Amino acid sequence: MAEVTMRIFRGNANGGEFVDYTVEAPEGQVVLDVIHTVQATLANDLAVRWNCKAGKCGSCSAEVNGKPRLMCMTRMNLFPPGEPIAVAPIKTFPLIRDLVTDVSFNFAVAKEIPAFKPRPPEADGTYRMMQVDVDRGQEFRKCIECFLCQDVCHVIRDHPENKERFFGPRFFVRLAELEMHPLDMEDRTELIRKAAGIGMCNITKCCTEVCPEDIHITDNAIIPLKERVADRYYDPFRWIFGKLTGK
Amino acid sequence: MPDYETHDYDVVVVGAGGAGLRAAIEASAQGAKTALVCKSLLGKAHTVMAEGGIAAALGNVYSEDNWQVHFRDTMRGGKMLNNWRMAELHAREAPERVHELERWGALFDRTKDGRISQRAFGGHRFDRLAHVGDRTGLEMIRTLQQHAVHKGIDVFMECTISRLLKDGDRISGAVGYWRESGSVIVFRAKAVVLATGGIGKAWKITSNSWEYTGDGHSLAHWAGADLIDMEFVQFHPTGMVWPPSVRGILVTEGVRGEGGTLTNSEGERFMFRYIPEFFRAETADTVEEADRWFQDKNNNRRTPDLLPRDEVARAINAEVKAGRGSPHGGVYLDIASRRSAEEIKRALPSMYHQFKQLADVDITTTRMEIGPTCHYMMGGVRVDADTAASTVPGLFAAGEVAGGMHGANRLGGNSLSDLLVFGRRAGLSAAEYAKSLASAPRVNPQEADAVARELAAPFERDGESPYAVQRDLQSAMQELVGIIRTQPELEEALQKIQELKERAQHAGVEGNRQYNPGWHLALDLQSLLTVSEAVTRAALERKESRGAHTRDDFPKTEPEWGKVNIAVRQGPSGTMTIQKEPLPQMPGELAALLEEKK
Ligand SMILES: Cc1cc2nc3c(=O)[nH]c(=O)nc-3n(C[C@H](O)[C@H](O)[C@H](O)COP(=O)(O)OP(=O)(O)OC[C@H]3O[C@@H](n4cnc5c(N)ncnc54)[C@H](O)[C@@H]3O)c2cc1C
Ligand code: SF4
Ligand code: SF4
Ligand code: FES
Repeated sequence: MAEVTMRIFRGNANGGEFVDYTVEAPEGQVVLDVIHTVQATLANDLAVRWNCKAGKCGSCSAEVNGKPRLMCMTRMNLFPPGEPIAVAPIKTFPLIRDLVTDVSFNFAVAKEIPAFKPRPPEADGTYRMMQVDVDRGQEFRKCIECFLCQDVCHVIRDHPENKERFFGPRFFVRLAELEMHPLDMEDRTELIRKAAGIGMCNITKCCTEVCPEDIHITDNAIIPLKERVADRYYDPFRWIFGKLTGK
Repeated sequence: MPDYETHDYDVVVVGAGGAGLRAAIEASAQGAKTALVCKSLLGKAHTVMAEGGIAAALGNVYSEDNWQVHFRDTMRGGKMLNNWRMAELHAREAPERVHELERWGALFDRTKDGRISQRAFGGHRFDRLAHVGDRTGLEMIRTLQQHAVHKGIDVFMECTISRLLKDGDRISGAVGYWRESGSVIVFRAKAVVLATGGIGKAWKITSNSWEYTGDGHSLAHWAGADLIDMEFVQFHPTGMVWPPSVRGILVTEGVRGEGGTLTNSEGERFMFRYIPEFFRAETADTVEEADRWFQDKNNNRRTPDLLPRDEVARAINAEVKAGRGSPHGGVYLDIASRRSAEEIKRALPSMYHQFKQLADVDITTTRMEIGPTCHYMMGGVRVDADTAASTVPGLFAAGEVAGGMHGANRLGGNSLSDLLVFGRRAGLSAAEYAKSLASAPRVNPQEADAVARELAAPFERDGESPYAVQRDLQSAMQELVGIIRTQPELEEALQKIQELKERAQHAGVEGNRQYNPGWHLALDLQSLLTVSEAVTRAALERKESRGAHTRDDFPKTEPEWGKVNIAVRQGPSGTMTIQKEPLPQMPGELAALLEEKK
């Protein structure tokens, strides 16, 4: 059984520092396990969010050795033995305490997106949709709302003031999902262009790289949304044709 | 006097999983001013982890399926101890609740003709589970959450309810605290809906998260409501066993639904040796028939790998005991040799991911090692089937925290549908009840103050760490109140629980009230210990084996015990009492359904 040193950020909005904790880490553990060992033995009040411990709930996001990750899916054997592992809260959102941040921005943005508005059902009250038509939507709906993409996006990471006019990659995924939903009839193009601020994204792809669900955020969500906005504003006829034919 | 904020609502829903969200949506649609309170962030409740699917007799894959067959499967899976009316409503209403999710934006996997696809699961006669790969719970919770967001429901996230308040014999509100700041919050409410989920964190090997400390069960019990069926705790047959840190994490039954088989160290498909008399007529007894069943369910009987969970968990337990287990104390689950890599990744993407990342195992080429894990609580708040009302006026319960629906054992997929059917009913009835009240119940400020003081108490103590108490409780429940039970062990467990209660009284916490998990755990210990005691007492009382409750000293299923539920109540001096209560009587036409051949 190996000893490891975890260099964990401790503190709140008033300030804080990294504190070293050395504990035993049996074979096969993930970062979250070791954080739990620290919590149970050395720092009972260490604040951390988690639920599923299996990469399904998106609660345990943190920056491990500077890289945004889900702690429950980050194996300890990824790191060179003998060196301390730094665990810090995600940076883009205001700190509450230790590894816990205030992610309420995301819940506020979710409210601004107009609801799903389905077309009327078939005569039997249900819908027919082919698997190929739902594949793309299903890719987007894999999102576990870990907000790691929000964390790395420089538009809000380096410029918190942009949060007023930029929804962030997670919500471009949501918007793309609604826009490409085979049943949806709502028009959100103006919102995507303006309130969501899609023009501010310069396609660095950092969001795609960190997504634990392998959602192709830029290629499959953001770029098609940008195209829609462009079509609409520079080629309204093509846009109307698209709406009518579903292309 | 302690400081706190106060809020007024018609309906306060405690819990934001599938049941709580569906209840809040319904209460709010009825015009009730509704609050939704949850311990975690919105969208992180246990429901998000559900994998396999939602059971509903849509008849999309097998047109022979209908609510009657679903009802029958559910009752038989529950060893006939289910509340028949709940099982009936559930089977009848589940299809409409699933279609409703689709109208709200859910994207289920499709059949070739574009309808909602359905997969096979344990104990279900036909392919019945609507699903999205193996992340059905995520689809469900997101759909409900996204639907609820525009409905004017006030959401209180990371807010834990610690006590219910009463005015005379009826509910008048609830007290809790914000996890972030530690400050106290009081709700004045006409009605409260409990949708807090389960109790699995009382065991060491579990698929459940830190949230599952039995809060709702305990809140109801302390408020004087009845609990029933507390002896029935489901151990899911397939949890991960290696490496140790992931022990207990769920491997969906969908693996077997997609064709996966269970084998022992000798390579034998051992389940054929464990077909119980009760299911013999409907279970394949040769490998050939079992394999044909995956393609043609009408002319073949179900593979024993998909017997109800209690049967499979016991069989695995027995194989390991007999020395035919895998290196790390489980057995094998094999999908690699049964389906192509492509098919596996398509149908079970998160299982593929989970094993690859957590165990360095590629399930498209290698067998998984699996073993039983504590998973689901059948027992819970006794409710009226139609209204979800508990025995306390103004208190409602739905989802895993409610008892009765699943009897002695739940079938896979029947929980997600249960959440929708009874979540809706609970929200509806709570709103109606709130409307019917002539005057709002009164909250007694002294009562609220007393709770606030109790919440602060752990900071004034300097006893041992609450983590140590929790660890010892989990070990005791794992060893003494597990899959196979005996009287001496259950008595020993009761003894230990008493000692742990004493220790919990002294457990102290460090730090301050701001987002302090040690403090949260010190408070959660009260409910963990309450439900542990309830399970143990009920298990001692039921002197037979039925469904998920197996007594080594009473191995047979006794017809007499099939006529009673065990009710757990608070006695006059706060002690826990146990009472046998007759099962509600099923009407003749439903009983006839159970007699009919499959
Ligand atoms: C890994 C896994 C896979 C599963 N797969 C399936 C499946 O495929 N099909 C199926 O049918 N079932 C499945 N189940 C079971 C099913 O997911 C659960 O039974 C179900 O989701 C419970 O839903 P619920 O709404 O009752 O509670 P939950 O979704 O657990 O929500 C409970 C809510 O209550 C809140 N809460 C608890 N205590 C308090 C308190 N004191 N104060 C405030 N809030 C509180 C929590 O924060 C949470 O929001 C699975 C379970 C697990 C663990
Ligand atoms: S691609 Fe766009 S959204 Fe994604 S990180 Fe870069 S700027 Fe942000
Ligand atoms: S899109 Fe990916 S990275 Fe972003 S919140 Fe969703 S799962 Fe996380
Ligand atoms: S704990 Fe759920 S994603 Fe890590």
